[in-house]
Amino acid sequence: MADDLAKPEELLENSGYKRPATGWMDTPIDIRPGMYCYASNPKSVEYVGLPNPRAWNPIDEDWKLPENWQEILHKGMKERLERFRSFRIFMDICVRCGACADKCHFFIGTGDPKNMPVLRAELIRSVYRNDFTTFGKIFKGVAGARPLTLDVLKEWWYYFFQCTECRRCSVFCPYGIDTAEITIIGRELLNLLGLNIDWIATPVANCYRTGNHLGIQPHAFKDMMDFFIEDIEEITGVNVEPSFNRKGADILFITPSGDVFADPGTYSCMGYMMLFKYLKDKYGFDITWSTYASEGGNFGFFTSHETMKRLNSKMYAEAKRLGVKWILGGECGHMWRVINQYMDTMNGPTDFLEEPVSPITGTKFENARSTKMVHIAEFVADLIKHDKLELDPARNDNKIVTFHDSCNPARGMGMLDEPRYVIQNVCNNFYEMPPNTIRENTFCCGSGAGLNAGEDMELRMCGGMPRANAVKYVHEKNGVNMLACVCAIDRAVFPALMDYWVPDVDVTGMSELVANALIMPGEKERDTDLRGEPLPGKEEEDE
Amino acid sequence: MNKNYMFSLVAVIFLFLIAYVGVEAAGLQWLFGIAIPYVATIIFVVGFISRVMKWAYSPVPFRIPSTCGQQASLPWIRQATIDNPSTNGGVIVRMALEILLFRSLFRNMRFELKEGKFSYIWEKWLWLFALAFHWSFLVVLVRHLRFFTEPVPFFVRYLEFLDSVFRVEVLNEVVQVGLPGVFVSGIVLLAAVIFLFLRRIFITQVKYISLASDYFPLFLIMAIAFSGIMMRYFVKVDIVGVKEFTMGLVTFSPSVPEGIGSVFYVHVFLVSLLLAYFPFSKLMHLGGIFLSPTRNLANNSRAQRHVNPWNYPVHVHTYEEYEDEFREKMIEAGLPVEKES
Repeated sequence: MADDLAKPEELLENSGYKRPATGWMDTPIDIRPGMYCYASNPKSVEYVGLPNPRAWNPIDEDWKLPENWQEILHKGMKERLERFRSFRIFMDICVRCGACADKCHFFIGTGDPKNMPVLRAELIRSVYRNDFTTFGKIFKGVAGARPLTLDVLKEWWYYFFQCTECRRCSVFCPYGIDTAEITIIGRELLNLLGLNIDWIATPVANCYRTGNHLGIQPHAFKDMMDFFIEDIEEITGVNVEPSFNRKGADILFITPSGDVFADPGTYSCMGYMMLFKYLKDKYGFDITWSTYASEGGNFGFFTSHETMKRLNSKMYAEAKRLGVKWILGGECGHMWRVINQYMDTMNGPTDFLEEPVSPITGTKFENARSTKMVHIAEFVADLIKHDKLELDPARNDNKIVTFHDSCNPARGMGMLDEPRYVIQNVCNNFYEMPPNTIRENTFCCGSGAGLNAGEDMELRMCGGMPRANAVKYVHEKNGVNMLACVCAIDRAVFPALMDYWVPDVDVTGMSELVANALIMPGEKERDTDLRGEPLPGKEEEDE
Repeated sequence: MNKNYMFSLVAVIFLFLIAYVGVEAAGLQWLFGIAIPYVATIIFVVGFISRVMKWAYSPVPFRIPSTCGQQASLPWIRQATIDNPSTNGGVIVRMALEILLFRSLFRNMRFELKEGKFSYIWEKWLWLFALAFHWSFLVVLVRHLRFFTEPVPFFVRYLEFLDSVFRVEVLNEVVQVGLPGVFVSGIVLLAAVIFLFLRRIFITQVKYISLASDYFPLFLIMAIAFSGIMMRYFVKVDIVGVKEFTMGLVTFSPSVPEGIGSVFYVHVFLVSLLLAYFPFSKLMHLGGIFLSPTRNLANNSRAQRHVNPWNYPVHVHTYEEYEDEFREKMIEAGLPVEKES
């Protein structure tokens, strides 16, 4: 964590709404270190053929924009107004009632009025009024219109990269205005000028080339999985060797590469491997991983609709090449919004796949009959319901668990009860956070939508403050020491957030908890969980 | 002082006076009572339709409902059929709740941070007053059909009856004092619009986001309600003349009867302004809510393919290109390949 980061008490102190002395249109932009991510690396931008690759720095005066940048943006806005009814309506109908204001974790955490969803949208709406509406053209400032100047552009950049597209505001908006949609289109416009952040641009380029955000090449991907095989064998005595890129498998499995790469996501990855081995031995389950489609997440979604489509295309392409029947997807947040609301539309139809049926229970996943992609939580919930998994939840007894609904599965899909059902079947100690902070009201981790970099740590700690506070509440009240989630970004960012706000809480994935409880055929007596921590009752033997 | 609301307030007072002086001093009844209302009505109808057409012409490329409850998945998991609808029936109920009862606004709560403690506090006032405002506005509108129909339809009379339950009447041989039945809707409308104004002034963050175009319609509606209430209870206008006048308007044979008070023309002028202003303003949320893609679509895009009319082919990095780059490493690692060399 950055050394110069303020102490938690200071951030908390600072978080209240601060009303600037000047109106928002007259308050100059101040790009503050700790609150923004570094600019995109030109090589990454170039690799995927996006506009204006060059080295630039957000805190420099000159952003090295193309000569006619205003014209490009005007044209870009016009095109998007014609393409997205959402954009046009959201530009027109906001009444500025303010119901969204204190729903945003960034506004709660920073107190910066431009982090109210309504003002974030007004940043772009003011330009829309100026360029595209009769009243704006006639009455200018009085009608809330302003021309697109360099300062306005910088404001767009700063604040559209202070939004995690979590959609919490859209739940409360009486017209369903979705700031995520506005941010998505805002970022798409910024990308027309090459104004991305590197934490998005480089994963995009990596994913395009190697199949995953982290740029793991196929042989290395297999190497990393080999480590997990060794670890699992050490803990359970079972060799779970998976298969890769195997033609003719029944099912293709795709999960975010973050799970392969860093703790504690790796334990969830081990969880998948153990589950598949269990199902293979017991029921002849036939699944393959892919190194080409080795990324469930999609940072293209944080770049532009087109980039999202380009990266997402690999899932169906690989399923087709391998000749599988359907696709199973791992735990990830925005991945599932893309799959649920975009994938089939962009890259379907999927006439080469079959409607997904669980080969073990015979359950037809009716809700996925067109995309042909099923979520691991849906799949496992069905297995447990049909009593197909032999489980020993007592192995998780030293974990007092709460569940964080990741924004996208909650508000862009509605997968709320499946993971809860699974977790409550593999853990004996489960407590919910307060109702205003879970399910459709869930608070973002504060680092989603590509903002999980290191240099914007203050922003992340501010944005994650409401979530952390709810965790702290159950930590103090119920002794919760484990925050479970079904999202790879959550798993990557929560350790830092917990460390900062609620130091005694660890982070886990659903599949890790499942694998801890799963009694594998032929396993030895386990002494530790997947992390090598002693199981409940085995602590003393350990000494 | 805030320039945004001062501007709007001054504008509305100015417009009020223009009409009053125009009628009172210059005798421009035909302008404020006939010409402007006709023009305003045309602007409203054409403007409203063209705005909605503009929205409708922009396609809905992706199915992006905000899901506010459990999805439809396994048969034994209970779906939130209204907050996360998977069928058109569910969407219709969701939309009806949204439009008639402001379902999403009802979720509202206020965040507070005191001494390091986070609280989410009950806050339904905005919902309550917004609902009161819109419903009373509707009742007032329907009541006004009395002036544009002959005979007056039963539902208008029935609504008037319900609306005027509070009567103040002293009727005996000596004194006959009576106010006409007090229309609750008018009072509620004025009270609600004042509430909506006051919250823009007193809640600092709402004040900060408010533009002149947020205050203007509030002042305008206040002035309309005020002039209407004036006419009904205080400076009486010739109601028979008013009806003759309004019937003239709707039958396209307008005339200006003698002796209708000036307040009436002010009222008509302000209503005309509201109509003409409507299609260019945020008031279009009336139409927009019906088309809002986060509310009016079923969350079923995994079960039924949603089609994007402008879906175009894009550059992708094919498996062949991928294997060409990494083939040797793949073979070495024992990964299957399409081509051996």
